[in-house]
Formats: sequence, structure tokens, C-alpha cells
Amino acid sequence: MTHQETWETVKGCKTRIMRKGQGAPLLFLHGASGAGRWLPFMETLSQDFDVIVPEHPGFGGSDTPDWLDGINDLAFFYLDLIEQLGLGPVHLVGTSLGGWIAAEMAVRNCSQLRSLTLVAAAGIHVPGVKRADMFMMSPEELVQNLFHDPAMAAAMPAPANQDELMVVLKNRLMTAKLGWSPRFHNPDLKKWLHRVQVPTLILWGDDDKLMPPAYGPAYQALIPNSRLEIIPACGHLPHVEKAEEFTRTTVAFLQGAA
Amino acid sequence: MKFYMMHLMPYADLDLDYDQTYNSAWITLPNSYYDPKKGAKLYNRYLDELEYADVLGFDGICVNEHHQNAYGLMPQPGVMAGALARRTKNVKIAILGRALPLLNNPVTVAEEFAMIDNITEGRFIAGFVRGIGAEYHAWSSNPATSHERFHEAHDLIIRAWTETGPFAFEGKHYQFEYVNLWPRPYTTPRPPIWIPSQGSSETIDWASHPDRRYTYLQTFTPVAMLAKYMQMYKDKAEQHGYQATEDQLGWSVPIYVAETDEIAMREARPHIENFLNKFLRMPKEMLLPPGYLSLQSMMGVMQAKSSIGTKQTIESVMEKGIFICGSPATVREKLKDYHAQIGFGHLLSLMQFGTLPADLTKKNMELYATEVMPWLRAQGVGVQAAAE
Repeated sequence: MTHQETWETVKGCKTRIMRKGQGAPLLFLHGASGAGRWLPFMETLSQDFDVIVPEHPGFGGSDTPDWLDGINDLAFFYLDLIEQLGLGPVHLVGTSLGGWIAAEMAVRNCSQLRSLTLVAAAGIHVPGVKRADMFMMSPEELVQNLFHDPAMAAAMPAPANQDELMVVLKNRLMTAKLGWSPRFHNPDLKKWLHRVQVPTLILWGDDDKLMPPAYGPAYQALIPNSRLEIIPACGHLPHVEKAEEFTRTTVAFLQGAA
Repeated sequence: MKFYMMHLMPYADLDLDYDQTYNSAWITLPNSYYDPKKGAKLYNRYLDELEYADVLGFDGICVNEHHQNAYGLMPQPGVMAGALARRTKNVKIAILGRALPLLNNPVTVAEEFAMIDNITEGRFIAGFVRGIGAEYHAWSSNPATSHERFHEAHDLIIRAWTETGPFAFEGKHYQFEYVNLWPRPYTTPRPPIWIPSQGSSETIDWASHPDRRYTYLQTFTPVAMLAKYMQMYKDKAEQHGYQATEDQLGWSVPIYVAETDEIAMREARPHIENFLNKFLRMPKEMLLPPGYLSLQSMMGVMQAKSSIGTKQTIESVMEKGIFICGSPATVREKLKDYHAQIGFGHLLSLMQFGTLPADLTKKNMELYATEVMPWLRAQGVGVQAAAE
């Protein structure tokens, strides 16, 4: 059976949502490149969980609401979405930009969360550890920097038509709006990460060229009940590049946390 | 028609082999390439050149703002305008412009411009731009909010100049309890405002609005495009119910005049080609950060075959009319023709470009001021603008 694709209007924003599976709800928040397709890791997770993959306001098929100015707006938006759709408590999994949103949600309100999984998450700044600047990269350079394995990067398809290119540009525009300055972090977030009171898993690829692996231990030190897993020979997208290891580690953690 | 000398003040001593190591003369080119001893000499030379334009009878001189690059050494153009304000007597001084979306506090620009307008007793022209895309990398300003910050900063500056203070300003990006400008501008109700652009229908629509009627200045554009945008302004004005004057239309273009066509091309060639291929060099991602253009325009750029990185030659830019070069007779005829076809009231000539040295810049200025400008004035070109 294939996944469902539905549209929900939350806070006036028509939001595209993909969903499939049985079990405890798992809300997955995507990164800067959007949530275009139902990916193999989603399929695997859906064997054990009710996997819900919204596309963020301002990305892909979702509307761009007037109220969307920064990452805080998305954190409150998703807390509203969980409430409105009656999803909670959820396992919250966020990657990169989505990991940042997830962390911002968790410092605000953990009451509707069962657990938190941050995958190569943006959101904090580690002094002296330079992130790569995706905004200076051509589309080709960006893809090369996303993966450990160059063959995997080479296999990533370029936009096939005008509509797909428009989605790429739209996602990039909203990514800039959210993460241009301060670059992919909120200077206040680390002050409040002690408020995350649910079991937390932090996952990082050991060869993440965009968000260096040193960010993993920094997050781990700031969140009380958290543990860190480093995935070897892996870039910025563990759920794509090492999908099997990613799902195995995540499912084991979530089942332990439930 | 009125004649202005524009200057970019490039770091002309740049090691031109930098591009074997770096992909741009902007943002990422280490400033160890800048030698202050040489830079100091260049600044003073360039200021001398602009002051000489006053002596030669130009109507105005123009400076502008760029950050973190070898292409133009005026991150704070007000410093240049301030230096020129006291050393020149007749020319208008134009700052074209300040990049408003970069500002944390737009009142600083309202103040700075008002001061220059006072010191020069009204010889001042204000320019407002969004800046080129690279500035957003240089200043970490968010390009995705560039348009809304531009408009809000503009509105605040205009109110600061024209409303009696103190007043409070409550914007989305800027908030002030007290806006109360001391000094007020010398010019009543405010200095003239020019809007430089590389061509944008949105900008033209906004600048031509009857509430503003700002002078639209087309920069670095093939002549065919220039004609298109100037006509667009006139059409927009007509839709708004008035007729645009030549005073509302300007063109900025590099010009080189020498004794003959052949000498002009020979002398200008290496310097204009350095300007195009070395000083302007930057990747697309640096030039066009997300949000700088609308999604539709950006789509066009992504699909267009990239001209960035392809070498430009003096022949290619002369053919497109991006660069005007030749004997006084050739340059006169070209400008007369373009003016007759297109009808602009302000002509800004970039008389130093790239690595063009002091002696050739001086000769260029002198030939232009003695052999081209007076001839065009005598032809009665732009009587309408001159009569204002």
C-alpha cells in the first residue's frame, strides 16, 4: 500500500502531508531541500510507526504564509499542528533545518512529545567550528557536499522540469529566510536546551561537510537525557546515505523510549 | 542633457593572477591582496580625478557603495562625498547609492545625506539601491527580506527628511521612539533621488509612481535593453497620467575617448577587459543569493545559458553598447544617436575602469570634456532637462 497524501490547513497555511503506517505517531521534519518524495527510510519506519511527513510552510507544495518570518514561527506552527490533528504525543524526528525546528519545539513544550531525534541538526553555533556555506555553492557543489560517497552524490537527479526547478528555488528562498543570519542557528537556543525533558537521540554522519560532526557532542552536552550516535562513512543526510543504519538505530531508540 | 563623471575607485593594483587561486574579486578574495600603501595613493588619485571633473565643467560627480571587494573601494561612500564636498565648487555630488536593505539603522543615511546636502548648499543627489547580491554575503544581511527592508528604510528616510520631528516610527524591521533629524536637508522638500538599477520592471513601476517620480538610472546594460527600460518608464508614467521628462531618465556607461578610434581601442583594451573579466568576476551564487530576484526572474536566470565565466572582449562590449570607445567624433555621434533614440537627461560616464592608469584617465576626461560635452551641449541635446 502506498502512502497517503493529504492537505491540512493549520494557522491559515495549506500544508502538504504524507502519511503511512501503524503504531505510535512519528512526526518527521525535513531539511532544507524539502519533502518531495516518500523515501525508503520513511517506508521502513512506517512498518513500526504512523509516519507523518509534513512539508514546512514556505517549502515545496505547502503555502508560504505571511506570518512566516523565522524559525520560531515554524516551532509554534508545528506545536499547533500536533494539537490540531490530535497527533500527540509524538516521536519527533528532525533533520538539519527540521532538526532545528524540532529542538525549538522541544524547549517550548515537551508535553506532546514522546521522544526527540535530532539528525545533523542546525540550531546552535559551536565557536571555532566552521560550517560550510551552502549559499556560496552551486547546485552541483551542494550535492557533492551533502554526501560522503561521491557516487551517491553523482546519482542524485537534477530537477527534471520547470516545476521541480521552481520547488528547488522556493525551498532555497525559505531556507535563506530562516537561516541566513544568524547562519543556521538561534543564539538563544542553547540557553534553554536543558528544558528538553524527553529521551533524545542525536545522530550525525562522521563526514558531514555542511554541519560538522563536532556539533553532535555540543548538542549532546546541552540536552540532559540525550545520547549521541555517530554514523561512519556518512555525510549530512544519514537517512538517505545510510538509510538502513539510520532506521535501525532510530527504531531501536524509539522502541526503548516508548 | 547633463554630464556626470562616475567613479568606482577599483583597487587597480590588484594582482591580476588572483583568479588562478580564487574564483572572485569579491567577498572571498583575502584582503592580503590589498596593500594599504598602494591603496592610499589610489584613493587620493581618484579623489583628484573627481575634483578635476569639477574644473573641466562636468555637471556632477558620482560615487557608490560596494563591500569587501577589489572592484570598488568605497564601502562607505559618504566618506568620499564628504571629502569632495569641500574641494569642489560647482558640481553636484551623487551617492548612487547607499544599499538600504543592508542598514541596521536607516536614520544614519538620512543624517549623512542631509549633512552633505547642507555642506554643499544643495549640490547633492541621493541614490537608493538594494546593492548587488554580493553585498548580502558581505554584510550577512538576509536577501530574502531585501525588498521589504528597502521599502521600509526608504519610507523612514523620506519621512525623516520631510516631516517635522520628533515622530515615532513603527515598522516591521525598524522601530524608533524618536525620529527628529538634525540637520534637516538643505534642499526643500528633500534632495533629488535617483534609483540606479540593472533593469527591473518592478523598480521602474515603483520609481515612476506620481508620488515619487524618481530618476531611474540604468547601469551596465546593452543599448537595446537601455532603450527598452527607458521606454518602459515613459509608458508607466503615461499609465500614471503624466509625461516623464528627460530628467527622470539616466544612463551610466563606461566611456573612453582618444585621438583616433584605433588609439582609443588600443589604449582601452587591456583595462576594460580587466574590468570585465577580473574585477567583475564572481560566481552566480555570489551575485544572486536567494530572494535577491523574484522566483520567476531567478528561474529565467537558472535556465539561461550562463554568460558568467565566459571571457568578454572589448569588441563584444562595444558592439552591445555596454562600452563606448573611440575618437571624439565617433563618441559624439554615438551619444547623439542614442540620445535621440532613447531620450535620457543624465549621462554618467565611467572614465576610469579596471586598471586604467592616471595618465590615460586624465586624457580621457580632458578629451571628453573639451571635444564631446560642449559639442553635445551646443547641439541642444536635452534642452528639456537643461531648462529645469
